[in-house]
Amino acid sequence: MKTTVRMRNFILLAAVAVAVVFLPGLLIKIGVIDAYTAQIFTLAGINAIMAISVNIICGVTGQLSLGQAGFMAIGAYVCIWFSQAMHFPLPLAMVTGALFAAVAGFFIGFPTLKLSGDYLAIVTLGFGEILRVIFVNLKVFTGGANGKRFTTILAASADIAWIVIIGTLAAVVIFLQNFLRSTYGRAIFSVREDEIAANSNGISVFKYKMTGFVVAAFVAGLAGALYAPFIGFVKPDLSSFNRSVDYLIYVVLGGMGSVTGSVIAAFVLTYLQEFLRFLKEYRLLIYPVILILVMLFRPQGLLGMKEFSFVRAWQRVTARRGAKDVGK
Amino acid sequence: METLVVFFQQLINGLSLGSIYALIALGYTMVYGIVMLINFAHGDVLMVGAYTGFYVLHAMGPSPHALALSFVASMIVCAVAGVAIERFAYRPLRSAPRLNSLITAIAVSLILQNGMRVLPFVGPNPRQFPTMPTVNISFGAFGISNIQIIVILVSIVLMLILNYIINWTKTGKAMRAVSFDMRAASLMGISVNRVVAFTFALGSVLAAAGGILFATAYPQIDPTMGAMPGLKAFVAAVLGGIGSVPGAMLGGYILGVAETMTKGFISSQFADAISFSILIVILLVKPTGLMGTKVRVKV
Repeated sequence: MKTTVRMRNFILLAAVAVAVVFLPGLLIKIGVIDAYTAQIFTLAGINAIMAISVNIICGVTGQLSLGQAGFMAIGAYVCIWFSQAMHFPLPLAMVTGALFAAVAGFFIGFPTLKLSGDYLAIVTLGFGEILRVIFVNLKVFTGGANGKRFTTILAASADIAWIVIIGTLAAVVIFLQNFLRSTYGRAIFSVREDEIAANSNGISVFKYKMTGFVVAAFVAGLAGALYAPFIGFVKPDLSSFNRSVDYLIYVVLGGMGSVTGSVIAAFVLTYLQEFLRFLKEYRLLIYPVILILVMLFRPQGLLGMKEFSFVRAWQRVTARRGAKDVGK
Repeated sequence: METLVVFFQQLINGLSLGSIYALIALGYTMVYGIVMLINFAHGDVLMVGAYTGFYVLHAMGPSPHALALSFVASMIVCAVAGVAIERFAYRPLRSAPRLNSLITAIAVSLILQNGMRVLPFVGPNPRQFPTMPTVNISFGAFGISNIQIIVILVSIVLMLILNYIINWTKTGKAMRAVSFDMRAASLMGISVNRVVAFTFALGSVLAAAGGILFATAYPQIDPTMGAMPGLKAFVAAVLGGIGSVPGAMLGGYILGVAETMTKGFISSQFADAISFSILIVILLVKPTGLMGTKVRVKV
């Protein structure tokens, strides 16, 4: 009985994932979804990966990072450099970019994670800004302050971009859900809830904070490695403080600690930004106002710590139908 | 000899820049000392101050009287803005987790920047800040400009006044008490809300002065101008030990001199990176800053 339920849930989730990745890809291919809409939603996918990365640090590990865009920039530049100058195949270049970001995360996390709270926020902020200055000055690799243009297959065809980026997003979500339910994930949660209690229960606080930090840096690097080939343009501003704040906003609105919450928030807000274009400059005011209202009236965000579950949604639908049948 | 001249010239430039940082850093450190909040909107209050000064100077033409009047006007505007921000954005969240207040502070900062951008009479484009003609007074090989003298003198006077308010007046005593222990202070009959509002007003007044001095020294203003000096001043406050008033002054001067020395001897491109690197090194070696006190965590 139990194995069939597990099997059914697995098939359900696999079906949802495959549908989400390939169905819109097909629609884009045959032209039902136009290139502009496709681009907005693909960009939303990258934003969602970044939001997940920020969420791993802020929601799951309980530390505040204001420099996550820095890791994204590392991923973007390394991926572009390896694919353009070293002629790596693009997927390999992307993984390399993400790995470089993870290594950077390790070396930055090593000294800074001893700090906590506000101080960590400021140090990560400073890290992002330092990276920006370095990228501006390393003209040979980065093309300086004006950025660098190039063409890749992701920028050229919208359907492949959708499948690759949303496929990666689905993979990140699946990996993360499993990670959070492993002993590592539980240990990280316990560090977030109470460092002192976790420490006295034999959990190495520093080790698990570091694990969370490196995983988050890896995911951010992956997002950057997807972003650069997709947009076809990179600029040192990618690692600026303002961009880190944008991603933090998704996480806060979606609910800190809720992976699905940040994915939903990233999609809704990215679309909202395009939808509100008719407001012109005034739309810049809407984000911060929403942010303050959320902080005042629903500080836990959209989903709080909860996760949206396809399995539970399915069970609810089938249960209702079952109840109807009984009623007859 | 050449190096020595550059050194002294950059030292003077650094003192001038550092006194602006110190003024702004005082606002950060006072607010942090009392409500434990990094007031990210502080740099943008500075921007509001600079714009107020711009309109006064624009209407009256750049003269010493107009400059004095612009200081008064922008201090009043910023004090009101600071108190309003505290009342409507931060006070409702005073007992909420620290992260929520921090995010609200970032949101307030974005509202001020983008709000100024959409205001029809401000707009997103940079403007030239009207300044008095620069007069260089030279002492042999190096010189000091009249603007640098104004910057240094005004900041020193303001810091002395602040020092007097904090250490020798009743309100200052109340501020120190609230900073020491907010609940105990409120039990002793100190109106915590009034003290916090006064702290924000005081910090914003200093930011207004800092804004006008910054715009006089680097005469171009735009709605995002507050972000960088704001961050730098925050670095200065952390460097000196956040929560400590003399620390913020010291941190401001150290950061200003370090930055101009980098510009003079290494490269102007790296000045931003240097100040953040100083911050990281300081936090790793002495996380409480130069003059901060260590807080013990009790279980």
